[in-house]
Amino acid sequence: MIEAQHLTKRYGATTAVDDLSFRITPGQVTGFLGPNGAGKTTTMRMILGLDRPTGGSVTVNGRLYRDLAAPITEVGALLDAKAVHGGRSARNHLRVIAASNGLPESRVDEVLRIVGLHDVASRRAGAYSLGMGQRLGIAAALVGDPGILMFDEPVNGLDPEGIVWVRTLMRSLAAEGRTVLVSSHLMSEMALTADHLIVIGKGRLIADAGVQEFLDRDSALSVLVRSRDNERLAQQITGAGGAVVPAVAGGLQVTGMASGTIGELALAAGIVVEELVPQRASLEEVFMEMTKDSVEYSTGEVA
Amino acid sequence: MSTITDPVPVSPGQRRGTAPARPATFGDAVRSEWIKLTSVRSTWITLLVALVLGVGFGTLISYLSGSHHATGGFGHHGIWDPTSVSFRAIVIAQLAIAVLGVLVVTSEYGTGMIRVSLAVTPRRTRFLLSKALVYTAVALVVGEVMAFAAFLAGQAVIGLNAPSTTLGAPDVLRAVIGAGLYLAVIGLLASAIGALVRNTAAGISAIVALLFVLPGVVQALPSSWANPITEFWPTQAGSQVFAVVRGAHTLAAWSGFGVLVAFTILVLAVADVTLRRRDA
Repeated sequence: MIEAQHLTKRYGATTAVDDLSFRITPGQVTGFLGPNGAGKTTTMRMILGLDRPTGGSVTVNGRLYRDLAAPITEVGALLDAKAVHGGRSARNHLRVIAASNGLPESRVDEVLRIVGLHDVASRRAGAYSLGMGQRLGIAAALVGDPGILMFDEPVNGLDPEGIVWVRTLMRSLAAEGRTVLVSSHLMSEMALTADHLIVIGKGRLIADAGVQEFLDRDSALSVLVRSRDNERLAQQITGAGGAVVPAVAGGLQVTGMASGTIGELALAAGIVVEELVPQRASLEEVFMEMTKDSVEYSTGEVA
Repeated sequence: MSTITDPVPVSPGQRRGTAPARPATFGDAVRSEWIKLTSVRSTWITLLVALVLGVGFGTLISYLSGSHHATGGFGHHGIWDPTSVSFRAIVIAQLAIAVLGVLVVTSEYGTGMIRVSLAVTPRRTRFLLSKALVYTAVALVVGEVMAFAAFLAGQAVIGLNAPSTTLGAPDVLRAVIGAGLYLAVIGLLASAIGALVRNTAAGISAIVALLFVLPGVVQALPSSWANPITEFWPTQAGSQVFAVVRGAHTLAAWSGFGVLVAFTILVLAVADVTLRRRDA
């Protein structure tokens, strides 16, 4: 459980995180989503006690991170996979982490096996590819076998096989009852991994909802309908409170009415329906729509 | 490769970290810092360089000084301190100890490792002190080895041409042990400076300025200014602990060393306060 209350971080005149409140619960993958520069990493750094909030607070399992007795057994984090000493072997990097919280060396071998780096563990971390570095970062997060895991852009630099592996890992960690927070600026990635989404833009909370709820609420429930008598059907729909506009490819674009209701109206009026398609916006479109006002550097109109 | 795509359970048949196994201790932090220090090759290379400089170069200087003394070259100084002569290269070797001292802290900032370190050990004073303790202990061992080796080899070659001394002579054992202690404190001071400036280039510049540049600048001042400043300049004062014959305008061995230790503790305390205040 991670809980933020009115979390705020200002750097001089810039507000990186602005009055953010959320609660991240166990047993599901929570996607932390926002355009680059939205404040995702700053928020994660405050969760880990690396940065001090200007205002508000964030707790893990009800306590400040710095008050945890053996922090890595409660929270494991991958913030930046490149944050290792390049001259140190992967195994020694993990030994450093395990020792710091009094964990046995056997745990190092276990996590090396989990991430598939066992055979290359004695190689210098500086000689690792980006993908291997990400795996090492994930291994580091898992050393303490924590109940809370945070990953900042974990699929960056991974090949397709690696991406599938990370997704599966996130899902199985959540299935084991852990709290999993994964940040990304890619909606499509989150659509495949997350159960719940926290969307921020310019440091402010934009949405905090289940993936499905998110879609249902924001896709404006538009339905494409084509019938033998579009004109009469349009009258029926507007009469029942729906809004109708002619669809680009012929037929009607209906908003404010579920497809089932449209079908019932057509049946009652004896109109043959040829096509009845709920138009669900993709998560990507919803995301773009939500964050369009909060992208830090948006491309201006071309004159 | 099935080992990669099939996820292995993260905690096969055991607890899922809801409660800590046991609280992390200062000793855990020390063990972690020990692994950090000993698992990078640059540590061993730098310490070896320090020993070669301190002992090898020291023996050469001792031999040359002994010959020079034999030809009457030291007559006009009026001071012949064979112990000090055998430690002359420590002035150079201390740079290697100091550079590594800066690096053990600043390399964490340079690589980003600091964010991992402070996440696994969020008690920042514990982090800083465990790191300082490990490096000071290593610098002490290397320093004592260097001091005894440089002294014994130095006296052997000085004895070829000039009066040498032995560990049994008055104040000599104190000076030899003191040379190792001095190197350990210089290592600690360099680490504290590293923690304060968080940048390798700035840290090395600061320690070089403290050890070499500023004392040189002070010498250019009128002696009424230069003498008291030199007397109490932390690194100059500290070096009295490995002199047997006390020069003019210098503190006594342990008083001088005390000045260096007090200054080092002050820098470490300031480094601790800033480390706890700043974002990592």
